[in-house]
Amino acid sequence: MATETITPSNATASETNGAPFVGERSKVSSHISQNEGLIFEKSSPGKKAYRLAPLDVPAIDPRALLGKHAREDLGLLPEVSEIEIIRHFTRLSTWNYAIDLGMYPLGSCTMKYNPRVNETVARLEGIADAHPYQPESLSQGAMRVMWMLQECLKEITGMDSITLQPAAGAHGEFTGILLVRAYHESKGNPRKKILIPDSAHGTNPATAAICGYQVQNLKSNSDGMVDLAELEQLVDEETAALMLTNPSTIGVFESEIHKIADILHSKGALLYMDGANMNALVGKTRPGDFGVDVMHLNLHKTFSTPHGGGGPGSGPVACKKILEPFLPTPVLAEKPDNTLTFNYDRPQSVGRVRMFYGNYGMFVRALAYILANGPDGLRQTTEDAVLNANYIRAKLEDVYELPYKTPTLHEVVFSDRRQTRNGVKTGDIAKRLIDYGFHPYTTSFPMIVAGALMIEPTESESKEELDQFIDAMRQIAREAEENPEIILHAPHATRVSRMDEVAAARKPVLRWKPNAGAESPASETAASNANPPLVPATPAKEY
Amino acid sequence: MTYPNSYRYTREHEWLQVEGAIGTVGITDYAQNSLGDIVFVDAPKVGDKVEAGKVFGSVESVKAVSDLYSPVSGTVTAVNQELVTAPEKINTGPHQAWIVKVQLSNPSEVDALLSSADYEKFIAEETNA
Amino acid sequence: MRYLPKSPTDRAAMLQDIGVSSIGDLFLSIPAEYRLTGDLNIPPQMGEQEIVNLFRVAADRNANGYASFLGAGAYRHYRPVVIDALVQRGEFLTSYTPYQAEISQGTLQAIFEFQTMICELTGMEIANASMYDGSTGAAESVMMAARVTRRSHMVVASTVHPEYREVLKTYAQHQGLTKHVVGYGADGRVDMKALEVAITDQTACVLIQSPNFFGVIEDVAAIAELAHAKGALLIVSIAEALSLGIVRPPTEADIVSLEAQSFGVAISYGGPYCGVLACKEKFIRQMPGRLTGATVDQQGRRGFVLTLSTREQHIRREKATSNICTNQALVALMTCIYLTIYGKAGMRELAEQNLAKTHYAAQTLAATPGSKLLFANSPRFNEFVLDTAEAPDIVNARLLRHKMIGGLPLSHWYPELKNASLWCATEQNSRTQIDAAAAVIADKHAPALAYV
Repeated sequence: MATETITPSNATASETNGAPFVGERSKVSSHISQNEGLIFEKSSPGKKAYRLAPLDVPAIDPRALLGKHAREDLGLLPEVSEIEIIRHFTRLSTWNYAIDLGMYPLGSCTMKYNPRVNETVARLEGIADAHPYQPESLSQGAMRVMWMLQECLKEITGMDSITLQPAAGAHGEFTGILLVRAYHESKGNPRKKILIPDSAHGTNPATAAICGYQVQNLKSNSDGMVDLAELEQLVDEETAALMLTNPSTIGVFESEIHKIADILHSKGALLYMDGANMNALVGKTRPGDFGVDVMHLNLHKTFSTPHGGGGPGSGPVACKKILEPFLPTPVLAEKPDNTLTFNYDRPQSVGRVRMFYGNYGMFVRALAYILANGPDGLRQTTEDAVLNANYIRAKLEDVYELPYKTPTLHEVVFSDRRQTRNGVKTGDIAKRLIDYGFHPYTTSFPMIVAGALMIEPTESESKEELDQFIDAMRQIAREAEENPEIILHAPHATRVSRMDEVAAARKPVLRWKPNAGAESPASETAASNANPPLVPATPAKEY
Repeated sequence: MTYPNSYRYTREHEWLQVEGAIGTVGITDYAQNSLGDIVFVDAPKVGDKVEAGKVFGSVESVKAVSDLYSPVSGTVTAVNQELVTAPEKINTGPHQAWIVKVQLSNPSEVDALLSSADYEKFIAEETNA
Repeated sequence: MRYLPKSPTDRAAMLQDIGVSSIGDLFLSIPAEYRLTGDLNIPPQMGEQEIVNLFRVAADRNANGYASFLGAGAYRHYRPVVIDALVQRGEFLTSYTPYQAEISQGTLQAIFEFQTMICELTGMEIANASMYDGSTGAAESVMMAARVTRRSHMVVASTVHPEYREVLKTYAQHQGLTKHVVGYGADGRVDMKALEVAITDQTACVLIQSPNFFGVIEDVAAIAELAHAKGALLIVSIAEALSLGIVRPPTEADIVSLEAQSFGVAISYGGPYCGVLACKEKFIRQMPGRLTGATVDQQGRRGFVLTLSTREQHIRREKATSNICTNQALVALMTCIYLTIYGKAGMRELAEQNLAKTHYAAQTLAATPGSKLLFANSPRFNEFVLDTAEAPDIVNARLLRHKMIGGLPLSHWYPELKNASLWCATEQNSRTQIDAAAAVIADKHAPALAYV
């Protein structure tokens, strides 16, 4: 059994669960992790975690009121007490890595600090319990928050109009491309195709397809930027738009962005900007100024609303005046008496993309973030994000291959080319980072870099944390030379090791079922008693 | 693994075995090897028309999807049901685990396909590229 | 700036290590003519106290402290405090999508539990890890049914939430999907005769809501029979998820699109909420959204992973089942905790209370002079349509004066329901409130505030 070093100072060549480290592992030590089964496995009839207020109206007989529609049984819903619930979810939570624990350098995801005041204001009574259909006269506070956020985001992007309705980035893309389509339709021809660089997020082509467009791929040039000659050749009267991420997914600003816009505009096509990387630009430059016609923002990236394990997001779409008539209904408007109202009378609108007004709780958080920063804070934030990425680049480019030497902004993309000589791939290095106490970077994306390591530190990291990360990355590079086996089986220090994803996909087990004891869903290996296997079994059910 | 002489091959890494007017289609060892563990096969239905060089289905690994291109035109007469529950058969025996059988509508298309020698030359080039 | 963990000395040292003389050098790739030279025109930096005060002022300008009878897709249910205590743990709040399974088992197991509970509640075989909300979930369900059936015609009940139908229209317009809207009968339910005619052998799906927009429970089994007879799928949208505590789940449906906001999610002026799709297992490959599956690690220990991701955009790009990328993980976690708190017995007890309050409210308000309950003999859960002697705006204006928000006027979406409004009573509405509302409705001379 391995000995666990407590102090970083004597952690040299330490071991964790049998896995040595080549140097010091300064950021983490292992600690006890609580086991916890599924909530259903703790359930037992009669346990309760609630007590309702006494009914103050006459009781009813559900069967008399509902007839054959009355439900008899609620199946396997758990029955547990409050302390068990607190422990259950607290134990689960300790199995997660999080920004609150340390650096989370997932490229393209902008995992920055999520300020706690955001959470407080989103939960204020009057905001958290405002009903979307309460009269406008009693919603002016809620609407003013939306208005203020809209004004701030328009100023930050340099655009003329905005909708907050889309629920996430991809939903924003959908909305933005609908605007593009409606604009072209109003000119008599919706056009046929959308150009998308090969470095783009997968959401871009998926979005173009659901908006009824053909996707035309645009190759990047040797600097990882849009190839102007190729663009000029591809853009014609059937091109609806170019969907461009700027800075690109390798962190490079399209320095000839104005020429890109000119080429598109000369053929009547529009420039859509994927705002996923807006954290590199806020306060330093504005898409509206450099020729973008329409773009989405990710409030959960640039504007600090929490990712929450995968959502909720929020994806406002900002656009130039020419696209304003097509924005989703309703549109927020200010009346002469300074009160706000929702305008539903929008004959050219693309329609609604979501019920009500969008992910309102995220608007509150994003506005709180903008107010906490102010213009100087937002600028400093962008500068620090870019500073951090360039610092990592400078400190690692001698050990990791840098496929594009172009100056980069908020993220840096290396490749695993040198490490693959020893059979170590980007995914392996990523898993090994976990043993050093960091969340992995984004692997294997963008697709224009074979074996990509996409690192976005964000502004939220101190020099100390960055130095620890750099040190971990350098140690892993050494391990790749000296002892690649450790990396190939990483992580070693986690509760669970690499998961059998093949078994999960071949025989999907997507829900728990009670009769344990038969064969395991996924593997011939016997599951330990602490973790009873899950069994596919479908008894006929009565409700 | 050797590539059977009696089969013909596409540059998209499907194989075809012709018996009379029926062509049997699968994917090559090279294809299964580059995809990794196959978890799902999306095949057409019996009676569906397929066209030479066009997509007729896909195979999936955990993190990748690869389209299947039909080597020949015709009508699907059989689909290998075994792959529904055991897609891994493609990994263990790629040249036995057929995906569909097709009634050829234009048998002369077979002549345009690669021989095993040509296919092996082709993948050697792909590997070195 | 208090969120930035660097001193000027740190910055200077880092610039030196990078080998540039100033931060401006790192931005030279941005053409000079587009570089901002001054400040953005946004409010100046505020301290925490100022920010909290600003939002308090905003909150106080809303309907703070009002009794409300609004429902219509956003339901007022009590939120046990345990929910926020748990979801504000940084490990849940500040983690990303659980792609790295080894350090995301907390989120993954919670989603697996969520999927299981949704299956139990809806009577479906599988459920995904959540969608944006009920409206987009309904639209995604329709597109899913079109892929499954390879047909492109949909039949939609007019009693589906009007805003859901608007979203569906936006989604469907470029998918080549045609639509037939079927109205409702005197009982407030789907007009079965019209429905039978509308479904053809080209119909991909029938979309209904139950309880529907009027709060009336549809005859899901009978509708399923009509749909299935023509090879169409039945999609049941459920906006008031708490109904599943006491109303039989729509097991005859092929796809259930649930809005789970009722399960412990703040109303928050309309979002974020938690859509979720559940369906029969055979449609799994056509289902959009993330899925968590159980598996084992290299040592055979149970664990969970995101699975079947080849359906998704980051792999399949333009051929993906949907362009959806995020889900509503944190909101799904809230609903999972809520369902755990109430559990098997509490969900039923709570749903029964809603049923009782609504029954009492419907009887009491309908007894006011000139008022009547529409669709009175149909089964309903916690909403009902009240037809009043005066226009709903007039009644509601009087209620506002008494710090009460009345039912939602319906004539905007259903012009034939001129004086009708949609009321909702939950466990949050006391008998006193209901009695007071009845008294104000009855008293035509009570003072009023403008209802706009």
